[in-house]
Amino acid sequence: MADQTADHVAWQESLHPIAGVQLRLRRAGKGPPLLILHHDTGTLDQLPAYAALARHFELLLPEHPGYGQSERPAWMRSVRDLAITYRWLLAELGLSRAALLGLGFGGWIAAEMAGMAPEDPAQVMLVGPMGIKPPAGETGGDILDQALVSHIDYARAGFHDQAAFDALYGAEPSTDQLVEWDLCREMNFRIAWKPYMHSLTLQHLLGGVRSPTLIAWGAEDRVVPSSTAERWRQAMPKARIELVAGCGHCVEMEKPAELVRLVTTFAQRG
Amino acid sequence: MHIMYFTEQPMSAYPADKGLEFGATALMFPNTHFDPVAGSRLYNEFIEQYKLAEAVGFDGIMLNEHHNAPFCMQAKANVFASILAAITERVKIVILGNPLPLSENPVRIAEELAMIDMISKGRLVSGFVRGGGQEQLATGVNPAYNRERFEEAHDLIVKTWTLPGPFRFEGNHYHNRVVNPWAVPLQKPHPRIWIPGVISKETVIWAARHRYPYIALNTTVEQTNNIWKLYDSVAEEVGFKGGPEYHGYLKQVHVAETDERAIENARQFTWMQGEFTGLAHPVWSTPSGYSSPENRRGFVEFSTGRGTSPRRRPSFEEQIQNNMIIAGKPETVIAKLRQVMEQTRPGIMSLWANDGFMSQQDSLTCIRLMGQEVLPALRETAKALDLNSPFEAETPVSLQFSTDLQPRAAAAE
Repeated sequence: MADQTADHVAWQESLHPIAGVQLRLRRAGKGPPLLILHHDTGTLDQLPAYAALARHFELLLPEHPGYGQSERPAWMRSVRDLAITYRWLLAELGLSRAALLGLGFGGWIAAEMAGMAPEDPAQVMLVGPMGIKPPAGETGGDILDQALVSHIDYARAGFHDQAAFDALYGAEPSTDQLVEWDLCREMNFRIAWKPYMHSLTLQHLLGGVRSPTLIAWGAEDRVVPSSTAERWRQAMPKARIELVAGCGHCVEMEKPAELVRLVTTFAQRG
Repeated sequence: MHIMYFTEQPMSAYPADKGLEFGATALMFPNTHFDPVAGSRLYNEFIEQYKLAEAVGFDGIMLNEHHNAPFCMQAKANVFASILAAITERVKIVILGNPLPLSENPVRIAEELAMIDMISKGRLVSGFVRGGGQEQLATGVNPAYNRERFEEAHDLIVKTWTLPGPFRFEGNHYHNRVVNPWAVPLQKPHPRIWIPGVISKETVIWAARHRYPYIALNTTVEQTNNIWKLYDSVAEEVGFKGGPEYHGYLKQVHVAETDERAIENARQFTWMQGEFTGLAHPVWSTPSGYSSPENRRGFVEFSTGRGTSPRRRPSFEEQIQNNMIIAGKPETVIAKLRQVMEQTRPGIMSLWANDGFMSQQDSLTCIRLMGQEVLPALRETAKALDLNSPFEAETPVSLQFSTDLQPRAAAAE
């Protein structure tokens, strides 16, 4: 039953004791290893983008410690702590050179990992990453603060097209989903409360990254303004930047084909 | 029995229709609706109320603190406590309480409280609270560490009050290179600490483990008695006997010359659309990580309108009916309060007497009638029911400073 149907991934699940907690990892697909780092809202088990990527890569989809079914490390205080935890996981798996695909908040984690080991990742691919403060001004502003909006409103803000949200989560997300979002939110607060969802030091630490880097952004991102891409370009001058038209923050859920095309093309070239 | 006067210090000059229009009267409700001219008048009216409360015989004045909302004008309880320290002579100044997690430097809180204790010549009762959810957001403090910060700040303050300085404090949230403030409390070993609360079991247990009286804030009779049951069982575990001197109760009580007038005024207790702390989005009043994990499901259901608010209050009529709000002419109020006292047996009573848009004149009349008629009757009832305050019972200030403990023996194998 390891075969993939068109949009279903047959995940192999395992638990890994890393940094004192049990980390839940799902693996599927064949090809070069690709570590997918999910959003600050966790991840659904199945996504068309995952199914498509599994045809090109060996996917590694962990749940961040403290999110979903991964145990919470009570000591964890920063996204950098989280990045070190993942470096540890990759070393444990013998996959330190895995390509990184970071989605939103996961993009921040991936960037931290790249900064720590500037030659290691086969590719670094960041999609609407948090972690760097957006520029001020009309097209900039702040990262959308989930502390001030409801769980559903925050998740919906990740989509330019609300129909895409409805299709994945349902027009009225289940109470189980809300509980999961609340758990995610608590961990977000524990490690990224102040400064909110960005680091004051990350942008100064990315200049040494040797891995080919792609930065993709939904042009209509309401969570992290796409104008922040310019800040990333300054931090990583060699990075390739791609805007996805008519798309919000969650590119992998709203425009999966577009993202898969960007990722596979970039990975083959890199 | 220790009887206190309390008002939330409502910013009653705010435009109520604007609040309804905006859909919230807390946190994000724009402060352009705050009128400092009215604010100045109201602050001074509250001072007049406090002076009268002392003059007519209240034992204490209870103060509190909230942020970014019209329901309470006190942004710093220690400011009013300082004022009372200077302008009153007899009443206890009961802060319920300082929201410890909001502070980045609890040693500063310890210093301020020590100053208030000295200026008031030892009249301070220093309560501590976690602060409401929206208070964390208003002050930018991480709600996920609220309880940790509360407990750590408390430990640091008690150490600051009782250990000779200088010493160093290295906690998880607070790090003080040198703790050595020259202002230390007059009362020894330290001012009494009372812990107010509403629904959190953890806080009841924590208070009992420290032998601090717990003040139930406007809870129902049933909730109140459940709190005492929990408190007293924990007390027994740690080695002291609970009972009235550890039980405090805040009630909404309004007195006027006639029942009709009192009932009309008492409607103001529901002026915040029936919410305790103003109308707020649920994610503001209960940010993730602020509440117990066991409440997570109920909270997210409430936040999407699929469940009811844990703080929801019944209709005004129902609240009058079940003595949640007590209003009337003195004899009406005395009879109802006697009933509540018999049902809940508190040693500390706080009368939340005036709220919302009640006029200053009606507020002062209420305080005067309470002093002339209600307080003497309550004291008689308290005597008959053997309800003693911590002062009358001369209880130790805390478990740490107790010499009479008899912890329940651990269960045999």
